[in-house]
Amino acid sequence: MTSPIIEVNGIGKRYTLAHQKGGGYLTLRDILAGAIRKPFELIGRGNQRAGRFETKEEFWALRGVDISINRGDVVGIIGANGAGKSTLLKILTGITPPTEGEIILGGRVASLLEVGTGFHPELSGRDNIFLNGAILGMARREIARKFDEIVEFAGVSRFLDTPVKYYSSGMYVRLAFSVAAHLEPDILLVDEVLAVGDVEFQKKCLGKMEEVTRTGGRTILFVSHNMGAIQELCTRCVMLESGTVVKQGTPAEVIDYYMSRLKREVKELILEEDSSLAIQIVKMRLEDEQGRLLSDIDMGNDAVLKMDYVTRHPIPSLSLSLEISKDGVPLLYSLSSDADEAALSRTAQIGRYCTSVTLPTSLLKEGSYRIDIGAGDAAGELKVARGDGATLIFSVINTRSDLTQKSYRRERKGLLYKHLVWENKGAQ
Amino acid sequence: MSNSVIVIRPIKTLSFSDLSELWTFRELLYFLAWRDLKVRYKQTAIGVLWAVFQPLATMLVFTLFFGTLLKVPSDGTPYPIFVYTGLLFWQFFSMSLSDASNALVGNQPIVTKVYFPRLALPISTVLTKLVDFAVAAVILVGMMIYYGYTPHVSGLIVFPALVAITFFASLGCGLFLAAVNVKYRDVRYALPFFIQILMYLTPVIYPASITHRFAWVLNLNPMTGVIQAARASLLGSAPLDSALLAEAGLISTAMLIAGIVYFKRVERHFADII
Repeated sequence: MTSPIIEVNGIGKRYTLAHQKGGGYLTLRDILAGAIRKPFELIGRGNQRAGRFETKEEFWALRGVDISINRGDVVGIIGANGAGKSTLLKILTGITPPTEGEIILGGRVASLLEVGTGFHPELSGRDNIFLNGAILGMARREIARKFDEIVEFAGVSRFLDTPVKYYSSGMYVRLAFSVAAHLEPDILLVDEVLAVGDVEFQKKCLGKMEEVTRTGGRTILFVSHNMGAIQELCTRCVMLESGTVVKQGTPAEVIDYYMSRLKREVKELILEEDSSLAIQIVKMRLEDEQGRLLSDIDMGNDAVLKMDYVTRHPIPSLSLSLEISKDGVPLLYSLSSDADEAALSRTAQIGRYCTSVTLPTSLLKEGSYRIDIGAGDAAGELKVARGDGATLIFSVINTRSDLTQKSYRRERKGLLYKHLVWENKGAQ
Repeated sequence: MSNSVIVIRPIKTLSFSDLSELWTFRELLYFLAWRDLKVRYKQTAIGVLWAVFQPLATMLVFTLFFGTLLKVPSDGTPYPIFVYTGLLFWQFFSMSLSDASNALVGNQPIVTKVYFPRLALPISTVLTKLVDFAVAAVILVGMMIYYGYTPHVSGLIVFPALVAITFFASLGCGLFLAAVNVKYRDVRYALPFFIQILMYLTPVIYPASITHRFAWVLNLNPMTGVIQAARASLLGSAPLDSALLAEAGLISTAMLIAGIVYFKRVERHFADII
């Protein structure tokens, strides 16, 4: 049982990046034009080098990756964008061949690289179950046998004969995941599927995956940015960085390492101004109650978030949003208009503003947290400008080592730090 | 749980191991063809009638212009049935070719996301066209009854061979062009034009008998042999030229093999450059 089911030995994948003058697809015309301009190059070095290409650059998406995975393991793969996670999965499924190295697989592989692959919008839910199942490698009889289960899991039985183009995005994803979840491969590769769907369905998917591994002895490779899910589901974790494995071990160890790598060295975040944005956060910093700049917060202390933002057009009913999250799980969400409802009937004039808000970080136990700031028009749907860099990562650290802090150590359960009063009256 | 061991290595040489794999994916072939058929006539008012309407309308137009106005000879058979026999096979060939050429590019999302034998995509499009061919062939049967033709026994034997030759020739070309199309999107623009030129180099609207000393040029095209043999065996317009038919069979088989070899050689780059 402990023999490895996946052995990855020195896998490397090289891509050749062609820097083109124009862009777009290479066409015969370009090659012919290149041949006329530089006829000898065409003959001498092969036709692909002529034409629009200026320079060629080699890029190793993966290099020297060794991983050995046992049957029944649930392995999380984490790493920043571009670390090579998806390339690794693509090689494992056989979509693209490696440039060097070899992989030995002890069973059938199926992938959920992206849910809904091969769904056809014009076809009904029923038809798409069969089509998608076939594309993922299921036999028709197998699909027919599991059909009811798939429909029930997805909860779309009423819409089975409706073309999926009329489905809500939630229904679409549920159906797609449900088909894939009922595959019975020896090795299942999952990439980022859980980023979609509502929370309830995400939980259901995680539960399904857990059930699948427990009962079926199936091996799962799970690529995700959701550290909470990795922590909860995986028995092992691998971290990739620039195409190589930098850390392997228990999920807790690897996630810690990952978060510490993510942590910014700069204590004050200054964002490059982009004049195309109507509103932009340009500066974020954390201070303690005395106004000193902080990067780590001592457990039990509150911190003040100060930020500067610029509005370049008048914005009616401007509201800022703040979200504190840990491992992808939102813990606290607040809107600036909650405290100042009058803001909703005002128009924010062009200018530079400074805002500060005291964060209840004294409630948080040891660990890495993330703050995302969004801004938008609160009257309509609040368009939270997440992902444009207005993100600050901070750590709550425990510098004391006395016994009273013991329950709040990082590896223990719970998210909050709050001393409770335990009254003990003795035996009556 | 299977104990089969799969080894993934860099692909450096030509490998045909997945030709046998195609068999295990035969149901996918069926589902892809079924999808294309089902989707094609969605949200259309007359649905499957389009499969009948297209060859029928083309036949009527050609009959009016070439048969009635230009008086193109038709080897002694009525022009409508003469041209329809040609069109039946020609449209099977040309539509298969153009759809197969776009099979990879048109299915880009699944090519980059899921592994399966890539050959399944072009093959399934040709299978779809086979269904259209069958529908259009019903019209031919109707016309034969109307004009009072009884096919020779030889015709019934030759007919499956003609379908196979057309299938091989269009799939062979289609595989080659589909693979080229992944890298050079020129195919999409050049192909319709190329197909149109090719139609005039095939005796679809005129009999091969008028080509005299250029006949050998036309005979290089396997569709010439197919259409000639179809008219000979179904309409009895001329004796069946079995040498020409054999040549068409050989050329189309060679095209199929060449198509598969080229396709397999460049296949490993598909997901990276599509």
